[in-house]
Amino acid sequence: MSTSTAQYEPKTRVGRITNFVDQRVGGSGMVKEFGRKVFPDHWSFMFGEVALYSFVILLLTGTFLTFFFDPSMAETHYDGSYVPLKGVEMSVAYASALDISFDIRGGLFMRQMHHWAALLFVAAVSVHMLRVFFTGAFRKPRELNWVVGSVLLILGLAEGFTGYSLPDDLLSGNGLRIIDGVIKAIPVVGSYISFFLFGGEFPGTVIIPRLYVLHILLIPAIILLMIAIHLFMVVVHKHTQFPGPGRTNNNVVGFPVGPVYAAKAGGFFFIVFGVLALMAGFFTINPIWNYGPYDPSPISAGTQPDWYIGWVDGALRLMPGVGEFVIFGFTLSLNVLIPALGPALLLFTLMFTWPWLEAWVTKDKREHHLLDRPRNAPTRTAIGVAGVVFYCVMWAAASSDLIATHFSLSLNDVTYWLRALFFLGPIIGFLVAKRIALALQRKDREIALHGRETGRIVRLPHGEFIEVHEPLDEYHQYKLVNYESPEVVPPQPNAEGKITTAEKARGVLSRIFFEDRVAPPTPAEVEAAHSHGGHGEVEAEHEDQESLPRQ
Amino acid sequence: MAKRNSGNPNTPERVTGDAPSQLERHQDPGLPPHRPRLADKDPKAANRAEKQVSILFIVSIIGTLVFFIGYFGVDISNDVEALRLQNMLLGLGTAFAMLGIGTGIVHWAKTLMPDHEVVESRKPITKEADRADAERIVGDILDESGIKRRPLIRNTLLGAMVLAPLPAIAIFRDLGPLPGDKLSHTMWDEGVRLTLDPSGTPIRAADVTIGSAVHVIPEGLKEAEHKLEEKAKAVVLLMRLNPEDLDPSEGREDWGYEGIVAYSKICTHVGCPVALYEQQTHHLLCPCHQSTFDLTQECKVIFGPAVRPLPQLPITVNSEGYLVAQSDFHEPVGPSYWERG
Repeated sequence: MSTSTAQYEPKTRVGRITNFVDQRVGGSGMVKEFGRKVFPDHWSFMFGEVALYSFVILLLTGTFLTFFFDPSMAETHYDGSYVPLKGVEMSVAYASALDISFDIRGGLFMRQMHHWAALLFVAAVSVHMLRVFFTGAFRKPRELNWVVGSVLLILGLAEGFTGYSLPDDLLSGNGLRIIDGVIKAIPVVGSYISFFLFGGEFPGTVIIPRLYVLHILLIPAIILLMIAIHLFMVVVHKHTQFPGPGRTNNNVVGFPVGPVYAAKAGGFFFIVFGVLALMAGFFTINPIWNYGPYDPSPISAGTQPDWYIGWVDGALRLMPGVGEFVIFGFTLSLNVLIPALGPALLLFTLMFTWPWLEAWVTKDKREHHLLDRPRNAPTRTAIGVAGVVFYCVMWAAASSDLIATHFSLSLNDVTYWLRALFFLGPIIGFLVAKRIALALQRKDREIALHGRETGRIVRLPHGEFIEVHEPLDEYHQYKLVNYESPEVVPPQPNAEGKITTAEKARGVLSRIFFEDRVAPPTPAEVEAAHSHGGHGEVEAEHEDQESLPRQ
Repeated sequence: MAKRNSGNPNTPERVTGDAPSQLERHQDPGLPPHRPRLADKDPKAANRAEKQVSILFIVSIIGTLVFFIGYFGVDISNDVEALRLQNMLLGLGTAFAMLGIGTGIVHWAKTLMPDHEVVESRKPITKEADRADAERIVGDILDESGIKRRPLIRNTLLGAMVLAPLPAIAIFRDLGPLPGDKLSHTMWDEGVRLTLDPSGTPIRAADVTIGSAVHVIPEGLKEAEHKLEEKAKAVVLLMRLNPEDLDPSEGREDWGYEGIVAYSKICTHVGCPVALYEQQTHHLLCPCHQSTFDLTQECKVIFGPAVRPLPQLPITVNSEGYLVAQSDFHEPVGPSYWERG
């Protein structure tokens, strides 16, 4: 091999290692690309990190648990150290879950950490998605990543439920029985699917091993793949950032990966780990030994599913007992099908299609790398709040019995109220959130034009009292005035000069979206307001608006 | 064009024009000036931060030690209290070990690493020229393959591709047997004695007092081949009321015995055990979804998501005074399914 003219000669230890690695597997290009890649900083960007880290912790603790858990549903008699259950007939799965809890050192700790991490994972994914929704981070070019994230949420629910069922205790067994009942309600094939899933009649002897394979192999593998795609797209798109001085749609402002961002994000992993360890050490979760082995006859009152399944269970509870029909000798159980599938279909359909729905209404096909402050997108924020309220009403309904017993209310009244809120809640949520967002925009506008209230009261020579307003510095000022405020785009004729029905519908939606808006102050308005000395005088500004803005 | 509000609360009558022109853009003041931290200006503060970071790392080391003390130092055999202590020590140790490292690194990053914000420009995700090339290449590939020109190939391939995955579905057929009539039969039959759940002791009619509710399984359940599956269908609630509180419909007059009635315990909604009996109101409540059944109206649904009443098990007493079933349930128990009818 002839030496080229500019042969790289490593001089430091790092250089020698780099040389060794790069000549064999490459990677220097990666370091060049990512070593100093810039990530914007904002507290709300951490939720996704929490989700990622709790998933890593789930893999670690879950692997430990698989070494000791035996998913068999064969019958055995408990012979471990938990005295109250000694000699009780149970499945091997339940017995091994008890052994993990009582006879394997650190087993209880790992089980509880696994369960807490699972609860945190779904919670972090949910809050992360709310952050993305309310700030408009799902807009072009990130629509597909939003879809991948939504898939991850559904996979998280599936992973959670399959794991919840594994210990084969009374609580999880009754949960499976509810699933079985819902499956049986599926028209035409319900009982067949139930028999295939359970290997015969409920509960059978195969459901736990089957769920186990799904829980430890299939679903985590898909989740891992989705996370890889998700993060790959984050790298491709680069992270979004909030608008502000120096932050534009064409740049990324933040800290470089090495060392600051890597240190903060890496350190944060240990913090999430530590908090989960603290919870696992001090807060009992899913005390399966209290529930006993699964038996189709007993049930404990006031039982709750894991929080993320609550909304579906709540929907089942809210449904009044109507809608079961026998047609030509076949039974159609709408009283089960509607609540089990309806709200989920509605929420997930809206979730998956939202980025395109909004782009269609706004006719906005531009790339967006700057986030919206939620108040600056009042209608989107209101729709998001309506969705949250809708979800939370169902979620509360899953605890209707506990609400009734804790507050000494009639269970029936609680249900009636929640049924009313199921329909009214989202509407109230929408209206209130929209008004609050608009009010906050007005406040911002007021502060941008007239400065902040200083609390200093001054008496003018003619006797009038005024409060002195102080103009903001230019950086804070820029934050309040520099945002996009879309306007109504009325229906547009197509190439043939015709306004289609779809376009008319879009026009109606556009009006609903942007009819009420608070425009950001224009430079002219700011100039005019400030030229009056910034002491709160507002009357003169209208005339000044007509004149050309002075730059 | 619809009239549009300018959005300015002070001039609601004004109508906005088109998008803001360049002239109307606000001047971007640029990034705010960097504000040096204490540790940037004062070497003493920097040294103090360095010490704080290493103290946090030492806390982590202590945490790891606490973990080992908990793991090896506490004997948990046959002692739930010791287990609680061990679990707390493991949690505390791990928490300190992890939080020490985590907070240490973050503190280090926030106090000692440079906090100058860096600006990086966004490059377009792709080049438009590439897009045109890609379109052309894909077009060429499709042309060269001839798939457009030879519809016979395309159509037969499509047909084959549609059919080929079907075996992958069919191969799962043996996941379970077909339901057959299994869902409409239980272990109950003429003369099967009602026994206590879970002991299996037969029940004398005379032993059931008014107001009581008894959880019942069929005799012989313990020896049944598919114990749990049979139990999941056959569990029954037995209650005794004043006979005048019951108002049996036609054909059901002799399904009870002196005010003793037996109903399926499996909710007709999605199958939870309907385990709560309100003695005063004679209501049965399902704790899962709160379907409420009125015993005095043959377990008609009076609240909640269930639609059908709980199926009644016809019972009587045999010559020895034990409660026995007259027959199986007259309809399938538990949640509805399509072919239930």
